[in-house]
Amino acid sequence: MALYEHILIARQDVSSAQVETLVEDMTKILTDNGGSVVKSEFWGLRNLAYRIQKNRKGHYVLLHIDAPHAAVAEMERNLRLNEDVIRTLTLRKDELPEGPSIMMQVKAAREERARREATEGRRRDRDGYGDRDEFGAEA
Amino acid sequence: MSERTPQGNAGGAARRPFFRRRKSCPFSGPNAPKIDYMDVKLLQRFISERGKIVPSRITAVSAKKQRELAQAVKRARHLALLPYIVK
Repeated sequence: MALYEHILIARQDVSSAQVETLVEDMTKILTDNGGSVVKSEFWGLRNLAYRIQKNRKGHYVLLHIDAPHAAVAEMERNLRLNEDVIRTLTLRKDELPEGPSIMMQVKAAREERARREATEGRRRDRDGYGDRDEFGAEA
Repeated sequence: MSERTPQGNAGGAARRPFFRRRKSCPFSGPNAPKIDYMDVKLLQRFISERGKIVPSRITAVSAKKQRELAQAVKRARHLALLPYIVK
């Protein structure tokens, strides 16, 4: 069987629960055709760089798939029929990357920072100048 | 760096007026970043303000890596992670 990396973007108007059922449906199609989903990652609602079918945002989902070509082709066919899906990309990979993707790492880092700032109660001292009243004033 | 003057004696070190230090490819050598179409932050450094891919003669990316990079940028554009054009 071959390894694939698959990304799909769902319309902004669907709920994240609907996206999850959509992914479950696709997982079922793959398993019915003798494949499996190694990993699925939900990137959440992201801004699109340009409008696609009047959408400014979209739910991004990343799937790591280990399946024969026929199963993937069948899944792609179903995705094309589904009007909630606005973009897909399937890539054949020699090996699937381990661990969370860069997108998830970035997201985790951002959440971590937000949490830290929340616990500190105020924003981080970004320029390292502390709480000086006047720029350039010598302490 | 060097001034664009016919004399070009800025700093006194320049024998040739337009000498510029040869930069090495940012994707070769140890702990170089891996080119991935999801890594928007990385790819953004290699596209112009207008959204075009910057030529390798400016970014000093090697030919092999530039091909990889162009592929990654195009994939990112397809997924609306990067714009095709910025107006």
